[in-house]
Amino acid sequence: MEQILFYLLAAVTVVATILAITEKHPVHAIIYLVTSFFALAVVFYLLAAPLIAMFEVIIYAGAVMVLFMFVIMMLDLGRQKDGTRPTLSHCFPALLLTGIILAALIMLVIDRTTTQPVAMQQLSVKDFALSLFGRYGVAIELISMQLLFAVVGVLYLGRRRKP
Amino acid sequence: MIVPLTHLIILAGILFSLGLICVLIWRSNIIMMLIGIEIMLNAAMLLFVAGSNHWGLADGQVFALMIIAMTSAEVSLALAMVVYLHRRKKTVNVDDLRELKD
Repeated sequence: MEQILFYLLAAVTVVATILAITEKHPVHAIIYLVTSFFALAVVFYLLAAPLIAMFEVIIYAGAVMVLFMFVIMMLDLGRQKDGTRPTLSHCFPALLLTGIILAALIMLVIDRTTTQPVAMQQLSVKDFALSLFGRYGVAIELISMQLLFAVVGVLYLGRRRKP
Repeated sequence: MIVPLTHLIILAGILFSLGLICVLIWRSNIIMMLIGIEIMLNAAMLLFVAGSNHWGLADGQVFALMIIAMTSAEVSLALAMVVYLHRRKKTVNVDDLRELKD
């Protein structure tokens, strides 16, 4: 049951992402991307990470994508003119790098020397919290400083300039 | 572990490739480039969570949370820069955005 659910969600994620990156209209692309993130959040839940699944829905699909939507509507980018389609010369490096990544994946599949799952016990939220605030306490401080720097930078960039 | 780790790595690899294609192809729209970066970071998060589930350690989930916090900072700063550049240059084409100074 969980396997079937995982493969369905993986298909939904990949198809929604493909639709998002081929969509010309940015607002539609963001709607597709929110669909993809919801499916990915359920995948996280299946992988015994309920907290990450919740943060994915709240922060990614909720805050970040709505921020994108605000900017698109503020700048009035909704109606794109023709001539903004990517040209073939832009596609070549993308195809090259994607070919390299897919070749690496195929080699991984052929190799078949992946390790067996080590621990069978489920990770609880308590383990996560102990690890987060115990061993990685310094990282929390760094992240908080980074958010502060982001706030300062955004305030600097968004201030009104005197003409 | 509901599915083998290999399948999760393949899913993350496909998502990362799609994000890479999005960044490299949409050079005419900086918003779509940022969306591609989001997709790539999501693929990295999926790989961290899958490893955390595979080895039974919470470290992967901690770093997925770090990626979420980093992404929110990065997106807010990048979108502020987009608004600033659009106010001055009236375009979102990356090839036209060459300089930051007034």
